[in-house]
Amino acid sequence: MNGTINGSINLVGYGLSAIGGAIGVGLVFAAYINGVARQPEAQRVLQPIAFLGLALTEALAILGLVFAFVLK
Amino acid sequence: MIALTLPAQEGGSFNPPGVNSHLAPLFTIGDFEFTKQMLLVLLSVALISWFFVAAARQGKLVPGKLQFAGEVGYNFVRNSVAKDVIGGKDFMKYVPLLFSLFFFILINNIYGAIPLIQLPSFSHVGGAYFLAALVYVIWIGVGIKANGLRYLKLAVVPSGVPWYILPLVVPIEIISNFLVRPMTHSLRLFATMLAGHLIVLIAGSGIEFLIMQESVLMKGASVLVLAGSIAMYMLEALIMVLQAYVFVLLTAIYIEGAVHADTH
Repeated sequence: MNGTINGSINLVGYGLSAIGGAIGVGLVFAAYINGVARQPEAQRVLQPIAFLGLALTEALAILGLVFAFVLK
Repeated sequence: MIALTLPAQEGGSFNPPGVNSHLAPLFTIGDFEFTKQMLLVLLSVALISWFFVAAARQGKLVPGKLQFAGEVGYNFVRNSVAKDVIGGKDFMKYVPLLFSLFFFILINNIYGAIPLIQLPSFSHVGGAYFLAALVYVIWIGVGIKANGLRYLKLAVVPSGVPWYILPLVVPIEIISNFLVRPMTHSLRLFATMLAGHLIVLIAGSGIEFLIMQESVLMKGASVLVLAGSIAMYMLEALIMVLQAYVFVLLTAIYIEGAVHADTH
């Protein structure tokens, strides 16, 4: 295997699929920042909701990472 | 792209370290392999207990430097995680759990940013699985204790949903609450630590590979890799702290959801 870079092409696919999760997380936090900027006293109410949204959205990206390593 | 295609012309292959490159165990007792991660976990327990015992020993009204640092750490977990999220009268019950989880994960993550150690313990998935399983058992136990066996119904049947949508919603809730939740809780910590660790490794071996090439362009590219890897290292240091916070915050959110399941 001279003159080549070895690795799994799966990870390229994972990189593409992570775009979806990235956009989702961006939307969650954009909404959170917007809400806090408009109504700073709502921060304590919004924070758990924002992080729960982050957890659910990020789940997709994490599952993608696992499948990238597991699937051959 | 140039950096990727150039090695092909030069000849000689670049094998980046991947998920299958493990450190050799430090020593073995029978089949049991004592690895560097285990040593680091034990070290973290010693470090944390030494620090907080030393910080709390004096207990002065006007704190010294060490006591002040300990109090700031404790206050952070108690007020901005436990009190803000769980709230009510009974949040103090969960502070010891959240507090020890936060500092255990924080120290084990920070290992990745310390030169010569450079190995976050949770870049091996076993420890992350165990912590998430512990939290999983605790929040289900707390939910059953607070609401009785009715909790299992409350957790999967959202209130205010018309009955004809329930066959669709209940399976989704079961999957997302009881299967995906503990899995992502552990894998989030593990995946971020693994990725950060791998980036440092790949950058290191990439620099070594590039600097060994004959062309001046390739040697120059290694400087770019070095600059990029320092930026990634700084980002990783931020993520290490953030992931400890996120793990503990999610633990608090899950416990709060279990305690107040009837109001959700």
